Amino acid sequence: MTKRLCIHGLAGLLASVTVPASAADTITVASWGGTYQEAQTKAFFDPTAKDLGITIKQDTTNGLDDVRLQVTGNAVKWDITELGADECARGSKEGLFEKLDYNVIDKSGINPKLVHDDWVGISYTSVVLIYRTDVFGDKGPKSWADFWDVEKFPGRRALSGSQATETLSVAALAKGTPIDKVYPVDIDGALQSVDKVKGHIDAWWTSGAQAMQLVKDGEVDMASIWNGRAGTLKKEGAPVSFSFDQGVLTADCMVIPKGSKNKDIAMKALAKFVSPDLQANLPLYVDNGPANEKAFETGKIPQERIKDINSSPENVKKQVLQDPEFWRDNLVEATEKFNNLIQQ
Amino acid sequence: MSVGSASLDHAGRPDGVLNADALRADARRQALGLLALLSPGLFLVFSIIIVPIGWLFWLSLFDETGQLSLANYARFFEQASYIKTFATTFKVAFVVTGACVLFGYPLAYMLSQLPRRAASICLIFVILPFWTSVLVRTYAWLVILQRKGLINNWLIDLGVIGQPLPLANNFAGVVIGMTHIMLPFLVLPLYASMKTIDVDCLRAGMNLGASPAATFRQIFFPLSLPGLASGVVIVFVLCLGFFVTPALMGGGKVIMWAMRMEQATSLYSNWGAGAALGVVLLAVTLALLGLFQWLLGARATGVWSRR
Repeated sequence: MTKRLCIHGLAGLLASVTVPASAADTITVASWGGTYQEAQTKAFFDPTAKDLGITIKQDTTNGLDDVRLQVTGNAVKWDITELGADECARGSKEGLFEKLDYNVIDKSGINPKLVHDDWVGISYTSVVLIYRTDVFGDKGPKSWADFWDVEKFPGRRALSGSQATETLSVAALAKGTPIDKVYPVDIDGALQSVDKVKGHIDAWWTSGAQAMQLVKDGEVDMASIWNGRAGTLKKEGAPVSFSFDQGVLTADCMVIPKGSKNKDIAMKALAKFVSPDLQANLPLYVDNGPANEKAFETGKIPQERIKDINSSPENVKKQVLQDPEFWRDNLVEATEKFNNLIQQ
Repeated sequence: MSVGSASLDHAGRPDGVLNADALRADARRQALGLLALLSPGLFLVFSIIIVPIGWLFWLSLFDETGQLSLANYARFFEQASYIKTFATTFKVAFVVTGACVLFGYPLAYMLSQLPRRAASICLIFVILPFWTSVLVRTYAWLVILQRKGLINNWLIDLGVIGQPLPLANNFAGVVIGMTHIMLPFLVLPLYASMKTIDVDCLRAGMNLGASPAATFRQIFFPLSLPGLASGVVIVFVLCLGFFVTPALMGGGKVIMWAMRMEQATSLYSNWGAGAALGVVLLAVTLALLGLFQWLLGARATGVWSRR
């Protein structure tokens, strides 16, 4: 953190002397790195660069802190950046982003909950229930109520300790809340639900890699996990099973940080990224589903692949869509309460 | 300054006054010269330590709306989890320091007694882990300690235990991982101080009829205490700010102060929330160093405050 603050200071100092060096036909896009960003490069960035005749430089982000640092330090180096949808909602409230022009960006096909003045949905991740088939066979826990049922399904368990939003959503499902009634989350009710299972949680994971390692090495027999990680485990041949039933769909979004020097080109590029044609490329390379449902109508995605994509119309019906605006307003309070609970 | 005080002795005599003035001017020139030599260092310390820490403190005084407030500090008392985290941090630091002393003292003693060549070879093994990333070492421990890890598999195969021992993703895992990383920080100062203990003192003790055990207890051990104390201080203070190992080995159940800082910076939209955590850790660490200095004398904390 101290390092961040130093960077903050440096950024501030440099801001006054930095020359806007980037040519008008070059933009910088930041995303999460790793296989996800590699997939985005093939699906979104390369085709867009070719179509618009621009150069797209890439960087990686740690999330909203980074954007806040650049915008408040008056040293914006990204023209487009990816964030979690609840981060977009929070950043929007703080005024960190440029307004989007929906005359340039075609929003049709994107869930209206993910279309806002200054941010737009780009892809989906799901939180799913994974269990080891070498422990349970095919009779493993199928719902969050099963996961909570420690008598019927004895075994070691892991849930996310860092993503309180996701754990509270599955806790609400565990106490029997129907999929369409989870939001707005009854936070105290969900916390009570977490309290019930708390004593049986062997690990609270704090990163996707950790969740994967816990399941892969048999440290736990069942866990909440991101579908991309779950898919990787399955592809690697780990004895695991998961489905999208009662999954929690969380969206990622893209924004143009306030003060971007290439706003207009960024807008055109962003319009390309969310277009059905490029959106349909994404699931060809990675398990994160497209945010634009029209992608499924392009015919680019093979039929047998569609059933494995978390945001396909079939799978969306089975899942809860995490509400970014609910968490914008309740994140801090809920997270502090959640931390109090799991640390008791 | 000794030049100045010497010249004062002659202050009464007329020829001495002239002399004293010249000496004083010379001392002043020398002091200015030293200051000039020091100034790059001072500037560096000021600009990369004092200013950022001051800034950190300043940031911690603002709430989410940018108003001057103590909300960031009040939170520590309103939310039980912060006090719990604070207690956990000290508990971990305390236990790890204890474990380091338990393993490190005999190790340093052995090293100090070995012939020079053998000792340097063994020292390489103590220092070797320094060159490996903390992250890699922590993951290695995870592989060794987890439920289906090396140790549990061996013990089960040998029929020693029926159920795997809970060694990872809990307090024990954090302590094992951190002790391994911290051990050299205790061994090195301790070894250095043990090497300076005059063997003649021990011989004299035994000449006077003390048993080897009594010689160790009454002569060697007390003489090694300053080195032990500085090792303990280094280990304890470093433990307070640990992040990687508890984050990976604690299974989310052992939350230390540095992990809360990371959490606070992403959870709150103002830097103050995380900054306040930093200020508290810094203040507590300084207070502890002060306490150690007061309890053990300047030699123990000499690593930081050698004057």
